Amino acid sequence: MAFTIKVNGMPHSVDVDDDTPLLWVLRDLLGMTGTKFGCGMALCGACTVHIDGQPVRSCITTIDSVGTSAITTIEAVGRTPAGQAVQKAWLDLEVPQCGYCQSGQIMSASALIAGNPHPTDADIDGAMAGNVCRCGTYVRIREGIKQAAAANTNRMGG
Amino acid sequence: MPEQLIDHPAPESPSRRDMLKVGLGTGGALFVVFGIPSIAKHFQQDTDIASIVTEAKVETAPFAPNAFIRIERSGDITLTMPMVEMGQGIYTSLAMLLAEELEVGLDQVKLEHAPPNDALYANAILHRQLTGMSSSIRAFWTPLRQAGALARTLLIAAAAKQWGVDPAVCWAKHGVVSAGSRQLSYGQLVDAAAALPVPTPDSLALKDPKDFTLIGTPAKRRDTPDKVNGHAEFGIDTKQPGMKVAAIAISPVFGGKPKSLDEAAARAVKGVRQVVRVDEAVAVVADHMGAAKKGLAAAAIQWDDGPNAKVSSADIVRQLEEASKQPGVVARNEGDTEKALASAAQRLEAVYQLPFLAHAAMEPMNCTVHLRKDGCDIWVGTQAPTLTQAVVAQLTGLPKDAVKIHNHLLGGGFGRRLDVDGSVLAVKIAQHVDGPVKVVWSREEDIQHDMYRPYYYDRLSAGLDAKGMPVAWTHRTSGSSVMARYDPPLFKNGLDPDAVSGAAEPPYAFPNIHVDYVRVEPPGIPTAFWRGVGPTHNVFVVESFIDELAHAAKQDPVAYRKTLLGHNPRALAVLTLAAEKAGWGQPLPSRRGRGVSVQFAFGSYLAEVAEVEVAADGSLKVHRIVCAVDCGMVVNPDTIEAQVQGGTFFGLTAALYGAITLKNGRVEQGNFDTYRPLRIDEAPVVETHLVKSSEAPGGFGEAPTAVVAPAVTNAIFAATAKRIRTLPIDTNLLKFPS
Repeated sequence: MAFTIKVNGMPHSVDVDDDTPLLWVLRDLLGMTGTKFGCGMALCGACTVHIDGQPVRSCITTIDSVGTSAITTIEAVGRTPAGQAVQKAWLDLEVPQCGYCQSGQIMSASALIAGNPHPTDADIDGAMAGNVCRCGTYVRIREGIKQAAAANTNRMGG
Repeated sequence: MPEQLIDHPAPESPSRRDMLKVGLGTGGALFVVFGIPSIAKHFQQDTDIASIVTEAKVETAPFAPNAFIRIERSGDITLTMPMVEMGQGIYTSLAMLLAEELEVGLDQVKLEHAPPNDALYANAILHRQLTGMSSSIRAFWTPLRQAGALARTLLIAAAAKQWGVDPAVCWAKHGVVSAGSRQLSYGQLVDAAAALPVPTPDSLALKDPKDFTLIGTPAKRRDTPDKVNGHAEFGIDTKQPGMKVAAIAISPVFGGKPKSLDEAAARAVKGVRQVVRVDEAVAVVADHMGAAKKGLAAAAIQWDDGPNAKVSSADIVRQLEEASKQPGVVARNEGDTEKALASAAQRLEAVYQLPFLAHAAMEPMNCTVHLRKDGCDIWVGTQAPTLTQAVVAQLTGLPKDAVKIHNHLLGGGFGRRLDVDGSVLAVKIAQHVDGPVKVVWSREEDIQHDMYRPYYYDRLSAGLDAKGMPVAWTHRTSGSSVMARYDPPLFKNGLDPDAVSGAAEPPYAFPNIHVDYVRVEPPGIPTAFWRGVGPTHNVFVVESFIDELAHAAKQDPVAYRKTLLGHNPRALAVLTLAAEKAGWGQPLPSRRGRGVSVQFAFGSYLAEVAEVEVAADGSLKVHRIVCAVDCGMVVNPDTIEAQVQGGTFFGLTAALYGAITLKNGRVEQGNFDTYRPLRIDEAPVVETHLVKSSEAPGGFGEAPTAVVAPAVTNAIFAATAKRIRTLPIDTNLLKFPS
C-alpha cells in the first residue's frame, strides 16, 4: 500500500507492503544510502535513524509504524546542533576507520548528547553498546562524545 | 607513461557518464542520480559537497607523468590510489607519500580508486594489485615518493625553462614553483611540463627525511569528511539506472544444492520480480531488499545437503589431533632439538588450539553486476580488483578489457575481500537477470558462508637448562593451507609460509629450534586470510609458551624475555618501554594480573602489556592495554594510534568470543548475537607509545591484532594461575574457587 513518510523535512511517497523495514525504503527506494545495513536484527546499530529525535533501528522498524513522525537520517543530522557537534568532534578526533558503522554511531551519539548534556562513561556505554564497530573505534567514539557534549553544552550556554 | 594512464582506467559505460553529467550540472557535486525525480531532488538537497574520493574517470589531464598523478590546467590535482581503503588509513598515507615529494598540501588533492591494472598498480611485495599482508606502505614507500618527485622535477624544469634560469634556483611549495620573486602555479605549468623528456626514477632526488613536512606528521584523513555525513560510497551503496536488488540463500551445508522451492509464493510478494536458481544458491530479485528478503522466506527452499552433511567441529579437531602426531614439512631446523631435549634439566610440552574465525566486516558481502552480451560492469569493494576482473572474464567468457571493475571504499576488509567468491556468485545470478542487479548477503549468509581463518592445532615442546633457560624449542603447526589455494606458487614443497609466519622466526634466541607444518584440509570448509594472518595464530602460541617457560624457570615474564632478546635491540626496546609505561611489577589487587607479549611481524616491532581482572564467576574484564611500537619511519602517527586501538579490539574480540563451529555440516553461528563482537562497554583503555625510529617503515594494519591475545591470556595466568591454551577464552575454566 501507499505510504507518505517525512524524511529530513521532505515528504516521500512509496508503495510497499506494510511490513517493509524503513531501512530498505530509505536505501533502495529513496536512494538515501548513508543509513547502513549491518545485521537486520537490531544487533549492530548501523541502520540507526532518528524518529522524532529518538534513535531507532530502521532495520526492524516497519513502514506502517512510522506514520507522520519526523525521520532524520545521517544525511541531515548535521542540521541539528547535537548532530553538528558530533560530526565536528568525529572530524577533529579522526574517529572513523572504514566508516561503515559511523552513520549509526553518529546517530546514536547525537541522540545521546541532545538529551544528556553531560554524559558519563556509564551513560555512553548505555547509549552506544548497541552500535558495533568492527574496526574498533570505541576509544575515539568515547572521546568524541565527550568533546561534542561539551561543545554542544557551551553553545547552549549550559 | 601518460599514454598508459589514458589507455587503462576502466572507461565508464555511457549510462554512467550521462549520469555524472546530470550530477555535475546541478551544483558541481559528483553524484549519481537515477530516473526518479524525487530522488534527484533529495540528492540536490543533501549533496552540497563533492565527495573527496571518487571512481577513476576517463578524462585525461594535460599533465599525467605517471599512473598516480594528474594535474589539470585549473590546478586541480588528482591522485590515483593503487591500494584500497578499508579503514586502515592507506588513502591518506599513500597520498602523503605522493604529496610530500610533489610539494602539495593534502587539502589540495582529490583521490581516485585505481582501475584494475597489475602493470600499473601492482604491490611490489605481493606482485599483484592486492591490498593485504600489511604491505602497502612497505611496497609503495619508494615508488610513490619517486612518482611525486618525478612530477615536481618536471614542473620545476618547466618553470626554469620559461624563466631562463637554472632549475637549481627554483623551488616548489604548495602547488607553486618559485624563483626569487617569480611564481607559477602547477596549473600554469602543466602543458610545458608535459612536453619535457621524462627522467628515469633513479635519477630523481628524493627529499631527505629531515626535510619532510608531511610524512611523520599527524595528517587529517582525506576520507573522513565523507564518512561523517553519509556521503562515503561503499560497494553496497551503488546506484545504477534500472537496478534491481537480490537477496540470496546459499546451501547451509558447504557443497549442497537447492532441491526444491516455492517460486510462485516468492513471486507473489509485492515488489518481487524474479527467482533465480544457481548451482549452490537461490536469489530473489526485487525492487527493494525488503521485498527480496520476504520473497526468499516465502520460497521455503529445501536443500540437498550433499557430501558434507555430517561434518562437525569435533571431527575436524580429531582429524587435526591425529595428523599432528606425524612429522610435518620442516620450516626451520637449527641445531639438534632431540639431543638437546634429551639432556635438558626440565622439559615442557603443550598443545595450543585456535578456532575457525569469520571476518564479519560491518559491510556485508555484496556485489552489483550489469552483464551484457558484449561486456560486464562490476561495482564492488574489493582488495583484489585484478583477480576479480580475471575471474569474471573467465566465468563470462568475455575478454578482460570488457570486464569493468568499479572499486569502492570497503566497509571493512580483514582479508575477506581478498577473495572473489562474492563477485562470482553475483555474476552467476546476473547471467539470469536483464539489467543491473545488486546482490546483498544477509548477515547470516555473510557469517555462514565466509571463508574462514583455519582451525590450527599446534604442538610445542621445550627443554630448559639448570638455570631455566631454553636449550630446545619445537613447534609443529597443523591446519589448512590458505596459500595452497590462493597463491599456489608460494606453497612450495608442502610448506605454507603463512601457516608458520611468526613461528619459524620467533624474536628469541634458541640454540636448537625445529618448526614444522602439517597440512590438513577440513572437509568442504573454505579457508582464507584473516587480519593478522600467520602472526595472529603463531604469536599467540609462541608468546603463551614462552610465558610457560618463564614460569617453569621461576622467572619474571618480562625479565625472562629480555634475557632472550639480547641480540634483538629493537624488540628489547619496545618490551622495555611497554613494561615501563604499564607499571610492570607494581602491586595489583588479587584476581588482577598483567601479561606481556612481544612480536616482530610485518616489519614492525610491538610489545603489549594487558591488565585484566577475573571475577569469582570467571568473567573477565580487560582494564588496560599498553602498546609500545617501533614500526620504523612513521607516515601518519595518528593512523598508527588508530590501528593500535582498532587492531587490539579486533584481536581481543577473537580472543574473548571468536569461534565458528560446525554441526551437521552447518555453521552454528549466524549473527552478532552468536558471533559476538567487542562492544564499547567492554573496550579497555588503550595506550600507544611510539619509539622514534629512522629504520625503513614496517607494515602496521595487522600487527596490533596479532599481539593482543597472548598479553591477555598471560595476564589471566598472572591473575589466576590458569593457563589458557585454547581460544576463545573459556571463562568457565576461570571460576574461583573452581
